[in-house]
Amino acid sequence: MNEPVLVEVKNLKRYFPVNTGFLRTTPLKAVDDVSFTIGRGETLGLVGESGCGKSTVGRTILHLYKPTAGEVIFDGKTVGPGTIKEFRRRAQIVFQDPYSSLNPRLTVADIVGEPLDVNKLCKTRKERTERVRELLATVGISSEQMTRYAHEFSGGQRQRIGIARALASRPEFIVCDEPVSALDVSIQAQVVNMFEDLQSQFGLSYLFIAHDLSVVKHISSRIAVMYLGHIVEIAGANELYRHAVHPYTVSLLSAVPVPDPERARASHRIVLEGDVPSPLHMPSGCPFRTRCSRATAKCAESCPQLEEVAPGHMAACLEL
Amino acid sequence: MDTVKPKKNPFSLQLDPELFKPASDEEKAQVVTQRESVSFMRDAMRRLVHNRMAMVCLVILVVITLIAIIVPMIYPYTYTQQDVTAKYLRPFQYSAKEQARIAAGQKVFPHIMGTDNLGRDYAIRVIYGTRISLMVGFISALIVVIIGILYGAISGYFGGRVDLIMMRIVDIIYSLPDVLIVILLSVAIKDFISTSKNDLIVRLGAGMISIFIVFGLLYWVGMARQVRGQILSIKEQEYVMASKAAGASAMYIIFKHMIPNCISVIIITAAMQIPSAIFTESFLSFVGMGVSIPMPSLGSLASDARSGLTSYPYMLLFPALTIFLIVLSFNLLGNGLRDAFDPKLRS
Ligand SMILES: Nc1ncnc2c1ncn2[C@@H]1O[C@H](COP(=O)(O)OP(=O)(O)OP(=O)(O)O)[C@@H](O)[C@H]1O
Ligand SMILES: [Mg+2]
Repeated sequence: MNEPVLVEVKNLKRYFPVNTGFLRTTPLKAVDDVSFTIGRGETLGLVGESGCGKSTVGRTILHLYKPTAGEVIFDGKTVGPGTIKEFRRRAQIVFQDPYSSLNPRLTVADIVGEPLDVNKLCKTRKERTERVRELLATVGISSEQMTRYAHEFSGGQRQRIGIARALASRPEFIVCDEPVSALDVSIQAQVVNMFEDLQSQFGLSYLFIAHDLSVVKHISSRIAVMYLGHIVEIAGANELYRHAVHPYTVSLLSAVPVPDPERARASHRIVLEGDVPSPLHMPSGCPFRTRCSRATAKCAESCPQLEEVAPGHMAACLEL
Repeated sequence: MDTVKPKKNPFSLQLDPELFKPASDEEKAQVVTQRESVSFMRDAMRRLVHNRMAMVCLVILVVITLIAIIVPMIYPYTYTQQDVTAKYLRPFQYSAKEQARIAAGQKVFPHIMGTDNLGRDYAIRVIYGTRISLMVGFISALIVVIIGILYGAISGYFGGRVDLIMMRIVDIIYSLPDVLIVILLSVAIKDFISTSKNDLIVRLGAGMISIFIVFGLLYWVGMARQVRGQILSIKEQEYVMASKAAGASAMYIIFKHMIPNCISVIIITAAMQIPSAIFTESFLSFVGMGVSIPMPSLGSLASDARSGLTSYPYMLLFPALTIFLIVLSFNLLGNGLRDAFDPKLRS
C-alpha cells in the first residue's frame, strides 16, 4: 500500500429496517462497522458468502443507500450533500445482473450516454455520439450496434455495455459488484482481463466484489474477507493466500480448487458446520463463533476488532 | 477435395471435415445483417395489429368517433330544432308539411331514426349523445392518466412514510361511493352554475360538471395503485440504481426510466377506464343526474324513450345499441391492448 489513498471508508454501517410485526421494525445489520482504504490505481477484492453484505457495502460507499453511520472520504473530502454531485461523476458501479442493470426500453447509445446527459458532459449531439462510439469501442462493442436494444445482446455483451456506461463519466473509482458471477466461465476470464486492461489504461481503482476467492485472486492487490456484515480479515493478496489466520478465511481458502494434485491431496477441505445465522439475530460477541471450530466461551462476550498480525495484515479474532 | 471419406457409421461421432470450412465472405455478410432492431412499443403494436377482434373494435370506435365529430357539423338538423308538426315520426317517415315540400320539388333530408316527442330529429340527438358519452370517456381517461400517474409515481418512488400516507388517502377515496358523491356535488354546485356567465358551463349543466369533478376526484385511484405497484418493482431494478449512481435526479429517473416502463399498465388501465366512465355517465343521465336538457346524452335519451316504450321501441333501441357498441368495443380493445402489451398476462 504505497499508493496515495483515494477512498477511505470509516466505521461504515448500514441497517435496513425490517418489519417484524405490526408497526414494529427491527434493524437488519447488513453492514456493521466496516473500515478500509483503497489506494489510487489499486484493486481491493471483497469476498464473502452470499448475503454477508458485500453489495450493501459497495452501494453504501457510493451513497446509493444512505449510510446509517460512518463516513466515506473520497480524495480527501468527506462525501456529503456538498460533494455528492462531483462524487457521483468520479465514482461508478458495475452490477452483478447484466439483465436487470440495463433498461429494456432504451437503446445502447442511450444507456451508455446516460451519465453524459445527466452530468451534461457533452455539449453537442455529435460530440455525445462520438463519445458513446469511443466508449463502446473500448469495451469491444461495434458502433453499428448502438441503435439496438439491450435485450438483443448476450449476457457477456450486456455486461460490457454496463462497463461502458460506468466508464462514461471518466470515473476514478469503480465498485464492481460481482461483475462476472452471472457469466459463463469462458467469458468470465475475458471480462476480468478487460477490467485489468481498463485499469492500466485509465488508472482506475476498484472495489472488486466476488463470492469466492478464486476470482478475486487474479485481479486484487489486497483482499478483504467479510462475514455477516463485518470484515474479519484484510491483507495483501499473496499474504492472505499464504498466511491466512482467521478461521473463516482458512475455511474459504480450503474450498479454492488447487491446480497442483500433490498439494491438493495434502490439503484437506474444511467444511463449515451449520448455517450462516440470520443477520436479524446476530450471535453475541464474535459473529463467526457459532460455526468456528476454535470458539471458546470468551468469544461470546466481546466482538473482536481488527488487529494487525503482520505488516498490512489485519484480522479480527480473539484466538490468535 | 477428392479424398475418399471413410464410410460413416450413423452412430459414430465422427465429424465431417466439410462442416469446419472457414465461412465465405457471403456467409459472413449474412450473419452481419441481423434482423431489424425492434423497440418494445413496435413489438406490442405488431401484436395488436394481429389481433383481429381488437382491430375490429378499434375500427368501430374510430368510425363512431368520426361520426360523432363530423356529422353534427354538416347535418341539416340540430339537436334543439323542434317541429311540432313532425312529432313521433318513424324512421324515414315524413311529416305532412315535409311531404308538401317534397311535392313542391324541394329536397328534404329524411329523419333516419325518426323524430321524438317534440319533433326533433332523433338521429342527430343520438349522435350528439354519443359525442357527450365519448367526451366523458376521453376526458375522464385523461384526468385519470395525469393524476394517477403522477400520484402513483411519487408514492412508489419515494416509498416509506410518504407512500404509507399517500396510499391511505387512496384507500379512503376508494371507499367513497361515486354515485352518492355525484348527487351531492351536483346539488351543491347547482347555484354556482346558474349564476355562471360561461356559456359552456351553463350548457353542460350542474350534473355534467359534477360528473367531471367526481371522475377527477375519484377515478384516478385505480390508476395510481397500478402505477405505484409497477414503480415499486421497477425501483428494485439495477438500472434505476445505475441512473442514481450517475447522478440523475428523482424526476429524471421517474420520467426516463419508470414511467416508460409503466406504459403497458397505463395504456391498459386507461382503456378500461373509458368504458366504465361512459357507463357511469349514461347511468347517471338515465336517472336524471347527468346532462341538463336540452342537451342529449345516450343515458337521458334511453330514459326519455321509456315512456313510449310500447309504441316506439326503436327510440330505446338506438341509444341503447350505441352504448352497448361503444362499451363493448372499448372493453374488447382493452383486452387486446393487455394481450399486446403484457403477453405474459395472456390467459
Ligand atoms: N433493500 C434491502 N432491504 C432489506 N434488507 C436488505 C436489503 N438489501 C439487502 N438486505 C439484506 O442485507 C443482507 C446483505 O445483503 P447483500 O445484498 O449486501 O449481500 P451480498 O453479500 O451482496 O450477497 P450476494 O452474494 O448474494 O449478492 C442480506 O441479509 C439481505 O437480506
Ligand atoms: Mg450482492
